[in-house]
Amino acid sequence: MKEKCAIEVHNLTITYGGAPVLWDVDFELPAGQIIGVIGPNGSGKTTLLKTIMGLLEPSSGYVKIFNQDLSKMRERIAYVPQRESVDWDFPASVFDVVMMGRYRKNNLFKRTNKIDVEIVEECIEKVGLTEFRDRQIAQLSGGQQQRVFIARALAQKAEIYLMDEPFVGVDAATENSILNLLEEMRNTGKTVLIIHHDLQTVSDYFDYLVLLNTRLIAKGTPQDVLTKENLTNAYGGQLTLLAKVANLIKENQFPIREKDVDL
Amino acid sequence: MSDFWIILTASIVAINAGLLGCFLLLRKMAMVGDAISHAVLPGIVIAYYFSGDKTSGLLLLGATLTGVLASFIIDFLSRKAKIQGDASIGITYTLLFALGMIMISTWMQGNVDIDMECVLYGDIALIHMDKIIVDGNLYLGPRAFFVEIIAFAIIGFSLLFGFKGFKLLAFNIDYARSLGINTGKWHYALMTLVSLTTVVAFEVVGAVLVVGFLIIPPATAQLVSTKLKVMLLLTCIFGISAVILGYYLAIWWNVSITGAMVMVSGIIFFGVLIGQRILKSNKQNVEFAEGQF
Repeated sequence: MKEKCAIEVHNLTITYGGAPVLWDVDFELPAGQIIGVIGPNGSGKTTLLKTIMGLLEPSSGYVKIFNQDLSKMRERIAYVPQRESVDWDFPASVFDVVMMGRYRKNNLFKRTNKIDVEIVEECIEKVGLTEFRDRQIAQLSGGQQQRVFIARALAQKAEIYLMDEPFVGVDAATENSILNLLEEMRNTGKTVLIIHHDLQTVSDYFDYLVLLNTRLIAKGTPQDVLTKENLTNAYGGQLTLLAKVANLIKENQFPIREKDVDL
Repeated sequence: MSDFWIILTASIVAINAGLLGCFLLLRKMAMVGDAISHAVLPGIVIAYYFSGDKTSGLLLLGATLTGVLASFIIDFLSRKAKIQGDASIGITYTLLFALGMIMISTWMQGNVDIDMECVLYGDIALIHMDKIIVDGNLYLGPRAFFVEIIAFAIIGFSLLFGFKGFKLLAFNIDYARSLGINTGKWHYALMTLVSLTTVVAFEVVGAVLVVGFLIIPPATAQLVSTKLKVMLLLTCIFGISAVILGYYLAIWWNVSITGAMVMVSGIIFFGVLIGQRILKSNKQNVEFAEGQF
């Protein structure tokens, strides 16, 4: 059975000041799966996501969403930027930010209505932030801020979700609850594309993988992609070092994440 | 009576500039406000030159476009020519400001309406000289006041109806673009409003000190606000307080009125900053103490 294709990227090349960030990347991603984009730092993962979202103009190639132009599909695709990409000192509450998920090109001049409020409350509850609903976003922990961003994307009621490093600076409990949420979304037929950098958890989290290093190195199920050959191609010499560190951490059970407390 | 009109007019300048300043500040574009306020000078000089007498509405609109042009050049330099952001701002506004100064020194020799002093400090003490009188003797107030009121109506209307858009743009511009929103249009709408504010405030407070009204009250309000609407409201309150206190301080010391207003604004900022720090450390101490028992 062939899955419906959610995102299609053809011969995509993006250059920044002359140097290519992505080179001739070409793939089709299945719908209804949790898809991971992995690769070393500077391998063009964020650039890929931003190009799919239409935030960057490709030098060549094109992107299709459900076999259509992005401009027609905006309502069906939601974007979760990196948490560090905004200033969290902004004077807004959790509710205010999640409400932005209900903003549309054609309703900016209208007031938000009751249905919007209901959806927003529901999404805040889904990420477990109901008790922080009216708190200013600056007074949240990193993990809570990340959940605010995810709630905002949920409020868009889209079919495809693109998330840039949603697990960075998040404690283990939050990581688990986000993961459960993603699985729940997948089970209702949503497609989730996630940039991820922690190779240890890759095979547990994702149904499908895209391995990048400027070029597309491999794509497919984790078993197919996570071969020694592919990883060496993507990470080069770094990998052996990484693997050693990872093993060491596993053996000694070092806490590897930033401490994250619910305030 | 002239006291009343000066304070009222300056208060509206403070509100207009402060409301827009909030959005500039939240977009990390305080310097762009500074740049626009200087860059409108050539537009203003041209407006005065052609109107002969005090400015006409259409020419003010033309002067507003100079500010928009400045923000366009800044964007072009930083995005297309890849000049670093603060350098493109510096290049653009000093160039336009210098052009304006040359225009003043050549065309405006001996002109009573505009000179460098007016550019620097404004003519707030003299606004009652240009008054609107109907039916021969019914005094309606200084012309500058009505110009400011019209600007306030335009700015208030734009911010009220575009509130969601300006807020979204200020918080997360990439996200706004991911929704398919034309962020360029919103950006230039904001730049046009900022430009309009600085042009109409020029007569009252001058091109340089308007920056103080644009940036200081919003920066003060941001220290103590957790909601955007509260920040906008507090900005107006801080702005108006600075205007009133500054005016009487200036009369008392016999100094520049606008200068005193901006100075008071700065003092309020530091007062709030220090007060907020003290409150914060007290609160932490209390929490710490509570944690001990």
